[in-house]
Amino acid sequence: MKAKNFVKYALLYLILGIGAVFMIFPFFWMITGGFKTSQEISAFPPLLFPSHFNLKNFEFALETAPFAKYFANSVIVTISSVTLSTLTTILAAFAFSRLDFKGRDTIFALLLALMMVPFEMIVITNYRTIINMGLLNTRLALIIPFTSSIFYTYILRNFFVSIPDSLYKSAKIDGCSNWQYLWKVMVPMARPSLVTIILLNGIAAWNSFFWPMLVTNTSAARTLPFGLYAFMTEGGARNEYMMAAATIVVLPMMILFLFARKYIVTGVSKGGLKG
Amino acid sequence: MKITIEGLTKKFGEVVAVRDFDAVIEKGQLVCLLGPSGCGKSTMLYMLAGTEAATSGKIYFDDEDVTYMAPEDRGVGLVFQNYALYPHMTVLQNICFPLEIQKVPKAERIKRAKEIAKLVQIDEYLHRKPSQLSGGQQQRVAIARALVKKPRLLLLDEPLSNLDARLRLVMREEIRRIQQETKVTTIFVTHDQEEAMSISDSILLMKDGEEQQSDAPQVLYDNPINAFTANFLGVPAINNIYGYVKDGKFHTHDNSAIIEHEACKKAPEGRKLAFAIRPESVELSDVKANFKAYLVHTYAMGKEELSYMNVGTTEIRGYLPNGTEVDKEYNIRLKDKGVFIFDEETGERYA
Ligand SMILES: Nc1ncnc2c1ncn2[C@@H]1O[C@H](COP(=O)(O)OP(=O)(O)OP(=O)(O)O)[C@@H](O)[C@H]1O
Ligand SMILES: [Mg+2]
Repeated sequence: MKAKNFVKYALLYLILGIGAVFMIFPFFWMITGGFKTSQEISAFPPLLFPSHFNLKNFEFALETAPFAKYFANSVIVTISSVTLSTLTTILAAFAFSRLDFKGRDTIFALLLALMMVPFEMIVITNYRTIINMGLLNTRLALIIPFTSSIFYTYILRNFFVSIPDSLYKSAKIDGCSNWQYLWKVMVPMARPSLVTIILLNGIAAWNSFFWPMLVTNTSAARTLPFGLYAFMTEGGARNEYMMAAATIVVLPMMILFLFARKYIVTGVSKGGLKG
Repeated sequence: MKITIEGLTKKFGEVVAVRDFDAVIEKGQLVCLLGPSGCGKSTMLYMLAGTEAATSGKIYFDDEDVTYMAPEDRGVGLVFQNYALYPHMTVLQNICFPLEIQKVPKAERIKRAKEIAKLVQIDEYLHRKPSQLSGGQQQRVAIARALVKKPRLLLLDEPLSNLDARLRLVMREEIRRIQQETKVTTIFVTHDQEEAMSISDSILLMKDGEEQQSDAPQVLYDNPINAFTANFLGVPAINNIYGYVKDGKFHTHDNSAIIEHEACKKAPEGRKLAFAIRPESVELSDVKANFKAYLVHTYAMGKEELSYMNVGTTEIRGYLPNGTEVDKEYNIRLKDKGVFIFDEETGERYA
């Protein structure tokens, strides 16, 4: 019996281990690549580690392209759009689950139907709107279209609906207003789902590429991912520079993930969220 | 606080959950709202608490009309069937919550919460989450949360239904003790007649949204106003023998048995009747008997036996002395108490 279990676990860990290596290796290659010289990076057979860790590539990347500016833009855009969209998501989910108003379910069904419309189709109308608003090449153009999310509203509404009515009635008897009930009871109860929503939203905002490419053509409002792309084309295709620049772009998200890993994993498995 | 309910009605569309209900609940009493599932007990409580609006009728707390008053202004505490504790808060935070909403200063909140926690004996668990408590402990937290704001009226909606049989007995006593210590007027909803009998000063019995009878438990048991009350109270249930009265004697419909009893004089001839006998109201007799019964089998129950006997073709249950021989016919005499005649169709009581 014991031997059988051992074999089972050995196999399991072997498979998981191989999977992990496949996942981690590109990141490893990117980070070490950022420290290599141009000979080392194109050496054959490939070198796992650079001969010594020099920061020249990072310096070059930061000098040629305004990565600091991109980084600041990314931070501002991500924080603003995540904050705003989380707020609208919470309020909308509350309205669609707890408030009784005429046509509530019809409106909600219509919103859900909108999820069927592919992003690429919305992009064109959004682009026109941004131009008409005169927001081209501004950070606002990167924030405004992402201040609400039907999908996350739907996820959160479902969670809110599952909270028993008696909690609401009980709070009402204690003199709790809707507003207080939302922030003191519903939101804290939904914390795991909310953390997941915030993180997934944050990752999406941070990595967003297509939309920034459309609405920012100067470096003033550019965010990191598109900035990286611009650097690649402007700075010549030098692998070691690209690796260094890519590391700068990805690092903040990786650090965030390490800290919030527990929430992402439990949130995704518990909240029925498949990002 | 005295509660007066006048002609209270609640409709959900076509469904009438509570119909034209009148009741008076005296100050400091523990009253049980008793009735089968779906008869409108919870609806009644919600109207008293103010979370459901009455369709018509009036509710008075003392002399104040509260029918349209907002829930938070009524000063009631409500313990839900499922306790409705906030899962993300500790026991202490749960109990403090009503005070927090009322903006009571933090230090006082905690002081009052701890006092109440002591009263309901959960002061050891103040820092646990509800999911780390047993059902009985959760219930006590729910009661503490309802009591902490010093309600004028405490409403309990089947608070014991999730507990096992033994814990239910303990918690029943516990609720009685807490109620007597706080002297708060209390309405306790249950569909368990035994629970209602043992805990309450008075029982309000309802069926299909209508009040059947309201009185002290023993009065309801000894003096039921109709067949529903008689059938609803008592374990084992009252025996019903169906038949008619002719020439001052009760005959079963199939004429398989005759009961001679003075109560028969009060029942009208020519109506379908139910002759109802409480199990403890039968005894063996050598001399003058009310009817004959054939003893089929018995279960020992301590000093007496629960016996199944046939009166004609109807099986009835009664308590007979230990060692009564089975498969024999006996003369049965009825005691003064616990014998009634009801109308089989309307349930009206004749005797
Ligand atoms: N919100 C509602 N909408 C429609 N009908 C309702 C609603 N609430 C209750 N009812 C109906 O009103 C009647 C009384 O319900 P209520 O919950 O008061 O019964 P109850 O006596 O508490 O039953 P139980 O012992 O099962 O809890 C039932 O027929 C129920 O279906
Ligand atoms: Mg109920």
